[in-house]
Formats: sequence, structure tokens, C-alpha cells
Amino acid sequence: MSVASPPGQPSWADVNRDVIRTVGMPGNTYFAWMCFVGLVLGCGVLAWAWQIWTGMGAAGKRTPQMWAMYITTFVFWIGIGHAGTLISAVLYLFRAKWRTSIYRGAEAMTVFAVMTAGLFPLIHAGRMWFAYWLMPYPNQRYLWPNFKSPLVWDVFAISTYLTISVVFFIVGLVPDIAALRDGSTGFKKKVYTVMALGWEGSDSQWRHYRRAYGLLAALATPLVLSVHSVVSFDFAMALVPGWHSTLFAPFFVDGAIFSGFAMVLILILPMRYIFNWYEYITDKHLDAMAKLILVTSLVLSYFYICEVFTAWYSGDHFERASVFAKATKQYAWAYWGMYFCNSISPLVFFSRKIRLNTTWLYFISILVLIGMWLERFNIIVPGLGFDFYPYTWGTYYPTITDSTIIVGSFAWFFLLFLGFIRVMPSLSIVEVKETLAHPLKHAHGAQH
Amino acid sequence: MATANVLGVFAHVDTTLDAIRKLRARGFSELTVYTPVPVEEIEEEIEKVRPLSAVRLFTLLGALTGTATGFFLTIWSSLKWELVTGGKAPVSFPPFVIIAFELTILFGGLATLIAMLLLGKLPKTRPSVTYDPRFTLDRFGVAVACPPETAEQVRSLLTGAGAEEVRR
Repeated sequence: MSVASPPGQPSWADVNRDVIRTVGMPGNTYFAWMCFVGLVLGCGVLAWAWQIWTGMGAAGKRTPQMWAMYITTFVFWIGIGHAGTLISAVLYLFRAKWRTSIYRGAEAMTVFAVMTAGLFPLIHAGRMWFAYWLMPYPNQRYLWPNFKSPLVWDVFAISTYLTISVVFFIVGLVPDIAALRDGSTGFKKKVYTVMALGWEGSDSQWRHYRRAYGLLAALATPLVLSVHSVVSFDFAMALVPGWHSTLFAPFFVDGAIFSGFAMVLILILPMRYIFNWYEYITDKHLDAMAKLILVTSLVLSYFYICEVFTAWYSGDHFERASVFAKATKQYAWAYWGMYFCNSISPLVFFSRKIRLNTTWLYFISILVLIGMWLERFNIIVPGLGFDFYPYTWGTYYPTITDSTIIVGSFAWFFLLFLGFIRVMPSLSIVEVKETLAHPLKHAHGAQH
Repeated sequence: MATANVLGVFAHVDTTLDAIRKLRARGFSELTVYTPVPVEEIEEEIEKVRPLSAVRLFTLLGALTGTATGFFLTIWSSLKWELVTGGKAPVSFPPFVIIAFELTILFGGLATLIAMLLLGKLPKTRPSVTYDPRFTLDRFGVAVACPPETAEQVRSLLTGAGAEEVRR
């Protein structure tokens, strides 16, 4: 017997059923996708092996283009993660109810995006077996990292971000895995029993859990704002024209949220279709996300205008020359492409019809991702390509090795995400139930 | 002293709440309430006789430890090898604030996790005798630990409040 729910709304038992049916043995299409993604990842790993074997020259690194695509893609992936934390922590603190049905997917996206981003400093460092040099550890030579270097701040910011995101993610999963445990049988039940940590939903467990969850959200909120600010310091602390700006921190944070929401849409639209979750991820959710993309796009456009204005109004010759070179020289395609994708194309979201049209949403989201990748490319490649002396100017040419590694990083991300949605509840059972009407025997009780 | 565990399974929030109030009124205070989701009304009722969760104390201590560690690590290691880099004094606070901030969040977050596990008594290797798998689905449970001689009274109280099922 199931408890009756108001018409048109799924009951609590429906939520359990609809989530439990998504975990389990998937069909052939899923495996076909996994094979494809695995193959692409394999190519990326081979390319990385090739780069280690031959040296960093294989990645097209020539002075002055020593950052090029790896740092571009690193910043891109870190940015993707931000929307997940925004949805799971910031919107939780604001009690925005619409977050409940998308936050699990978004949080998984955050964890996997940061895991992907974390690969790039290693790939970029070349001899990644010395990566532990980045961390402070006691040694006989009294050698410690230079804590005045933004790159060391980055190490601390990113590793803290990854740790806290993982903790937040796992804490949120525990009661849901308990629901999976109670709804499954055989071997699956055994695995979920271990992972649920013996969760029972007793009052004392909930009491500490809720308190911990709120505090984690409160800690994650300043963290998410700080992480991309620290990433932006990698640039802003340097003297390169176009980088040395106090605008960078909010500019990066806004861009990160912007691209992250686009990625959330790219991930949840197929999930909604495949898992038939139309009852949970409704038009209201799509509308809200499209609006957030629109708002962050407008803020971003404001920053773009500010950047150009600052260069012009500063009277600084090098600042002006840098903007001029970006807009007119060999990288002009990236510059104008970025404007089109980030500032022009999201404007269609002013129309409600388009905000609710999944094809449009998907199309614009892809454009936004391309645009945001181009934005980071524009900061790094033409930025380093045209600094103070024409003597040091230089063009960057991508190689097969570094391009394959970049494509491979997308495969790594999607492999993790595809794996996740088949073994874990990608919709939060508990939080979705919380937003549904609570079962009451006497309907008038609902009024108090 | 032997205790009996009586469990009432409920389908509704209001009946569960009613049962908790009635049991409390009769002096039964050893209650465990199982809910599929946290329900504010039930929480409020329980919180009346209980101090606030101590998780926040752990978070605060963890966070302060993080701040102290961040400043200690950066200042101490700079003094180990006093080298002027970037035209800044070996001990310069503004950059160290970033490290201290990150460690504040890191230690605070980890302490919160530990607090949740310790105080919530997780991981729990054996399920409680009164646990029922329906409590993660759509049923509420009120388990009462009471002296065996009052078990019948508890049973009738739970049934009277609207329990679907009562068992010992």
C-alpha cells in the first residue's frame, strides 16, 4: 500500500522507485557510449605517454607560449565545477527549492570536473612524478614551497576545493544510498549496505546530519568564491598586459558559474530524457537555469566592456596594444568567437519560449562552453603572445599531442559521469521527497 | 534492567507527531523516531527536550585549527629560510591569508564530517532492532524503549495515535 499523494505529484514511494530503476545493468547503447568514451580516453593517455617520452616540445610549447592549451583547459574545467557547488551549497543556504532535483547531478559534475582539472597541472608540469614538490612536506633540506607564489595558493585552493566537494557529495549521498540499500537485493544490497554506513534515518542521525550539512554548505560558499579568485590570481598577480587587473577575480567567478550552468544543462537534459524524469526535472528547472545563464552572461558582457574600457582609459600603451592585438591579429577569430558565444548567443534566453525549448537550450549551452573555453584561450595565448617587447612575440601552434590530451580530458570527465549515473542515485531521493507534500492523515494539518 | 522495544509504524506526519506528544505526556522519553526525510515539525518536537547538535562546535574548532595551521606553516617555514622573494619580506601576511583561509575551510569541513560520523554514531555495523526498511521509503517509525510491564500501555498508545502496525 502506498500513501496517497496530491494528484499530479509523485508519491514518496514513486521517487524511490524512479531513482532505484536508474541503477543497475544498463543496455547496449550505454556500453557503446562507454566504449567510445573509453577509446577516446585511451588516445589521450597514449598522447600523454608520448609527451612524457619525447618532452614538452611535443605539446607545442615554445617561448613565449609556455602555458597554452593545458592551462586554458585547466581553468575551463575548474570553472565548470563552480555551478555544482553554487547549486548544492549557495542555493541550499538560500532555500531555493528548485535545486533539489538537479543538485546531485551538478555536484557529481563538480567533483568530476575538479578531478579532470587537477590532471592538467600534472600534465603541464611535464615531470609529473615530482608533483609532490608542490605540497609542503618536512625534508632534510628545509625546503618549503614559496607561499608568496600564486601557483602555491592554487595548490591549496584546488585541493581544498576537491576535498570539500567530495565530502559534501558523500555526505549528501549517505541517506540516499540507504534508500537504495533497502530497495535492492543480492549483491547490490551488500555493496550499498557498506556504503550507506548503517544509515537508518533516526532522529539523532538526522539531527547531526542536518547540522553538518548546513555547516558544510556554509563553508563551501566562501570556498567556491575563493577558488576561482585564486585561479584568477595566477594571472592577475603577473605583470603581463591584459592580466594585471583587479577585475579578474569577480570576472573569473562569474564566467565559471556561467559555463558550469551550461554544463549542467548538457548533462541533465539527456538524463531527463533517458530516465524519464520529466516529473522531477520540469520546465521550471530549465527556465531557472536558462535565466541564470542569461544573467551571468550579461554580467560577463559587462566585464568584457570594462576590460576594453580600462585598457583604453588607462592611457597605458601596452594595455591598449594588447587589446588591439587580440581583436585584430592572428587570434581575432577566438576573440570575436568568444563575444558571439558568451555575450550574443545567450541573449535569445530573453524569450520564454526558447528557455523552455530543449533543443535551443542544448545548442546555446554548447556555444557557451565553446565560448568560455575561448575566453580562457584569449587570456592566455594572445596575452602571452603580445606582451611588452615585439622581440618576444610569438604564435602558438597546437600539436596532435596536446589536442588529443584535451579531447581525452573530456572523455575522462564523461567516463566518470557515465559510471556515476548507473551506480549511484543521480537524483536526490531525500531532497526531492522533502519538496513534495508530506503525507498527512488530516489535510487541515497542512495549514499550520 | 530489561527493556522492551515497542515500534509503531506510521504513514503520516501528523499521526507520528501525535504519537510522540502522547508518549511524552505519559512520561516515555526513550524515543527513537525514524523518518524517510527530515521533517521540521517532528524535529521541532524532538528538539524541545534536547540540546542543539554539537556538530557546530567541532566545525568551529576545526576551522580555528586550520587558520592557526595556515599561519604557522607559512610563517615558520619562511623563517626557516629567510629569503626575500617577489620583493616582499620573508614574513608577509597578505599572501599567507590565502593559505590560512583555505586551511580554515579544509579543516573546518573535515571536522564537520568527523563530527557527523562520531555524534551520529556512524558507521553503524548492525541495524537497530527497531529499524524497518520502509523507513527510507515512505513510513515513519516511533520506537519506544520502556520497562516490559509498560509495553502494553505503549502499544495501545501507539495504536490510538494511528499506527498502522505495532510490534515488539
